Amino acid sequence: MSEVLTASRIPLENYAEVVGAGEIEELRALAKPLRGRSIEMINSTAVGGGVAEILNRLVPLAEELDLGIRWDVMKGAEEFFDVTKSFHNALHGEPYHAKPKDFEIFLSYNEQNRATLPLDAEFVVIHDPQPAALIDARKPSSNHWVWRCHIDLSHPNRAVWDFLEKFVTRYDGAMFSSPEFSRQLSIPQYLFYPAIDPLSEKNCPLDSEFIEQVLRRYQIDPQRPILTQISRFDRLKDPVGVIRAYRIVKRYFDCQLVLAGGSASDDPEGALVLKDVLRAAEQDPDIKILELPAWAPLEVNALQRASTIVVQKSLREGFGLTVSEALWKKKPVVASAVGGIPSQIIHKHTGLLAHSVEGTAYQIRFLLSHPQIAAKLGENGHEHVKENFLITQKLKRYLALFLMLDRGL
Amino acid sequence: MNTAETPFDFVTASYLTRIGNQSAGTLAELLTGLEHCSDASIFHHTFQTLGTHHFLTEGFSNDFAQWVLASTNRNDLAEQLTALDIRDYMSIAALRSDLCRVVRDFCDAEPQFAAQSGLERFYFCESVEVTVPLGRSTRNLDEFREGLEHLSHASFYFHFISSRLRLQLQTNDFSLWLSGSLGLRTLADSVNQIDIYTNTLDSARTKMLRLIDRERRKA
Repeated sequence: MSEVLTASRIPLENYAEVVGAGEIEELRALAKPLRGRSIEMINSTAVGGGVAEILNRLVPLAEELDLGIRWDVMKGAEEFFDVTKSFHNALHGEPYHAKPKDFEIFLSYNEQNRATLPLDAEFVVIHDPQPAALIDARKPSSNHWVWRCHIDLSHPNRAVWDFLEKFVTRYDGAMFSSPEFSRQLSIPQYLFYPAIDPLSEKNCPLDSEFIEQVLRRYQIDPQRPILTQISRFDRLKDPVGVIRAYRIVKRYFDCQLVLAGGSASDDPEGALVLKDVLRAAEQDPDIKILELPAWAPLEVNALQRASTIVVQKSLREGFGLTVSEALWKKKPVVASAVGGIPSQIIHKHTGLLAHSVEGTAYQIRFLLSHPQIAAKLGENGHEHVKENFLITQKLKRYLALFLMLDRGL
Repeated sequence: MNTAETPFDFVTASYLTRIGNQSAGTLAELLTGLEHCSDASIFHHTFQTLGTHHFLTEGFSNDFAQWVLASTNRNDLAEQLTALDIRDYMSIAALRSDLCRVVRDFCDAEPQFAAQSGLERFYFCESVEVTVPLGRSTRNLDEFREGLEHLSHASFYFHFISSRLRLQLQTNDFSLWLSGSLGLRTLADSVNQIDIYTNTLDSARTKMLRLIDRERRKA
């Protein structure tokens, strides 16, 4: 069985409290002409990773709107996923020398999956490079095929991209998370933001008692300013840079720094970064380095809600949904202008962008000195997320896409 | 209460953003882009952005001005671009012409800044509009009020802002119907005067509902 049966179901009606009844009525109106029409979403994993997380939320909502949607996961052995992981990193611009055998393995598993997947829906949505070659199953002028790319293709490895491009240009369109991530292609390209679920454990409202309990557990003082960066221990998230920015701020404000991320125990690179972070922290009792369990959404939610300012000082970034999570909680955010972050942080309107350690420290000091401006940025940020980065908006974008394809616009 | 012969049919619209193959890293490139991009792109970065960023009521006017401010730090040029009001235009061609004039004048006056790289690039995009009827038709002011109160942001934006260009008139769907079908010209004018730059879509709607309530009391 390749079909994924989604476990979590939050009724569409529950979102009316968050986005308003008018928005739900609108989703129903947009879905009406698509009732019963078949849609197939295909990606390479049912659990873990942002794509699976979004599809787990999106598919049940689409079902509730009476769309004939199914979600299939392609199958592959270790050799296939080794190759696609290398492709993934190479497309992100990492050095990689692709061997002919790699392309053969990629094509062979795509061919095997073509034989077992239905691929006959009116709208087929292929996620990311792994299943891109399934397009070979498309019959001439039959159904609509679109490719949703969740990765940054701005500086891809030439050989891997040249290989993939031959498949990608046969789709009816490609969707990217940011204009910056797209390529110059002969097919139309659309902007499809990733999304957060406002009713998930990571984003739902929390009792102040629970938040206080989390702070107590990690010995964080709620009376003093809390600066927080939530991210895995990865050099590209620049946790050491965050500590350097904090030290500058600390000269002027008696603040605390929380660096919280997933456990680095099973990630050799992460463990090295964590070691560097601990060294840089120099046992400062006001720097809390938290290795959270693999899935601790409520703790992350509580730490974000307890923060005075949320920081995302990445050197490179995908879309950076932790920024949307913080904005949704009305938090002022200081973040680097990389990847998809400028789509979320409209400088001086929904947060502040920075380009260096010193710049990050300056913007944090500015916000700590001007709490009213910080609050206004947080309010605006919340509205920005509501308008653009919620799961309901993502669903609406898909409905618009299917209607557009159907009408030949 | 007046009953209209022609009903007002509420419609909802959803917008897809199409990423173009054009981008700009300097003010000179922005000018080239403005001269050559599609009408749909000018629409996207001026009209459409007002809908998606309606909650920003202080200093946000269009994507071009925001990029000039945040990426090139040219406050003077950003201010001039911000001051362009889409309500003053009956065509995209006229709006494009003024956008180009403002940027060209600046580049001519300050050539040292024209080629300076911005912090981030500007990507020219377009909006693709997909409309669907909401199945709600109104013939009098009470029904109209009821429909207006429950509209989504996208639907309100479609009738109140985007319609200005579609109709090539200096009005909007609501005012056009109030005046043309219900004969309520004063109310229509007041609705048309609600400032779309300093109001959110919600606060514009609240003002509109208040104006309608005042009209109903008169009747």
